[in-house]
Amino acid sequence: MKKKISRRSFVKKGLGAMALASLPLGLVEISWGKNNPQNFTFAYISDSHLTHIKGTEFVRNFDKGLKKAVMECNFMSPRPDFVVYGGDLAQLGKREELEHGLEIMSALRHPVKWVIGEHDFYLDLGRFWEDKISKTTYSFDHKGVHFVVLNSILTYDSWMKKWKTPQERMANMARLDNPNGSPFMVGERQIKWLKKDLANVSKDTPIVVMSHSPLYEIFKPWNFWTDDAEKVQAVLRPFKKVTVLHGHVHQILYNQIGNITFEAMMSTAWPWPYPVSYIQKPNQVPKLTVFMNRADPFHERDATGWSILNLENGRVTNHYKLWENKDRVLRYDEKLGAPVDTLYQDPLKRIPPQEHY
Amino acid sequence: MKKEVFLTIILLIAVALPWSNGRADEFTKKDLKKWHKEFMTVVKEGERLFHSALGKNKVSCDMCHPNASNTHPETYPKFQKQIGKVVALRDMINWCIQNPLEGEPLKLDDPKMIALEAYITYERRGKPLSPGRH
Repeated sequence: MKKKISRRSFVKKGLGAMALASLPLGLVEISWGKNNPQNFTFAYISDSHLTHIKGTEFVRNFDKGLKKAVMECNFMSPRPDFVVYGGDLAQLGKREELEHGLEIMSALRHPVKWVIGEHDFYLDLGRFWEDKISKTTYSFDHKGVHFVVLNSILTYDSWMKKWKTPQERMANMARLDNPNGSPFMVGERQIKWLKKDLANVSKDTPIVVMSHSPLYEIFKPWNFWTDDAEKVQAVLRPFKKVTVLHGHVHQILYNQIGNITFEAMMSTAWPWPYPVSYIQKPNQVPKLTVFMNRADPFHERDATGWSILNLENGRVTNHYKLWENKDRVLRYDEKLGAPVDTLYQDPLKRIPPQEHY
Repeated sequence: MKKEVFLTIILLIAVALPWSNGRADEFTKKDLKKWHKEFMTVVKEGERLFHSALGKNKVSCDMCHPNASNTHPETYPKFQKQIGKVVALRDMINWCIQNPLEGEPLKLDDPKMIALEAYITYERRGKPLSPGRH
């Protein structure tokens, strides 16, 4: 029996197929870990750097990045349990920028967990953020995982007092390669809070820490660095499964230090070079990381994106959603005790654009 | 005879004059210091420009290229696939000013262009030349 296709049903089906085809395949149907109620998915958007020009004008390119990430999060099926915003919503901490960011983020159909970045903080020292957006240090439990959010972008008092105006302070912290910058730190107060927060958490509870800056040492001249990171690591050391997720570096970057897995998030705005490509100063870029492709400036969304994170048995699988490149997937390898790229980890499988120099 | 002697003396003086003021390759440590200072003044100006809004949208070069990294000045001139021909570093500087920075291109001999090039190449000092590399 031949099924007749009417013109109307053809058009209907055709349009449906077209709509599906226009979506990135990964977003149409993602169903993982459905047999274990403890497994879940969340999304991570970071480093949008929305930049106010004047009046109601903002840098178009950066707006576009955040809007695209928000739209794609809303298309995810099954829906992620929540979305994390990893910091640097604003470029110069301006009220206009943060409000503009909140407006774009308000289109998300998910609860949002916020992490503060230095670009959100150094104009008013986090006042607007804490009044209108979120606390900067907190923890929560979700399906058996203990999440901790830290404000890792604090710095020394002497540096804070160095500047004549809040604008000057913000501008100096905003410049990544500033020789007059100052290293980030978590600070004694938060470390004390962290110890207390983790005191009643059993050692086999998976811990996910979310900070803006990496909680290990990569490259001090660009603040890919947190000065007291080792003190934080020491607090996390007794736990069996610990993952630290961070923004700030605008690149694919991952590492394993003892029991702690570190993974960076992409920026929705622009990519940053790996410190290996600045040859005047030594760096500690993790050897484990397979670099992202060198960015093609002619495609303004290249080397930017966001992440879908799947938590399975307390370990993170990180799906980097890269808008102009093939997606990258990091999975924790139990045998190696480290995260690995599912496609490119073997040096023989790497491709020329992954070479940075 | 007198005339010949006179002409010979004139000629000798004319030939000797440039030497009397120092040969082309005679320079002192003081000269070197002065020239380096001149150069570094232009590098500093380049650094300032590299970190300021050269276009209309407040975006600056350093936002994507801290310490001018990932600009690869040693690889130019090279075939830029997106432009479809061999271009110089300054062509790419102008491309960035026009696109991500949404500004007007600089004249190729604009002192600002020279300063930007000075800063970019200075941050890459010591790297062997590899023209054409991708």
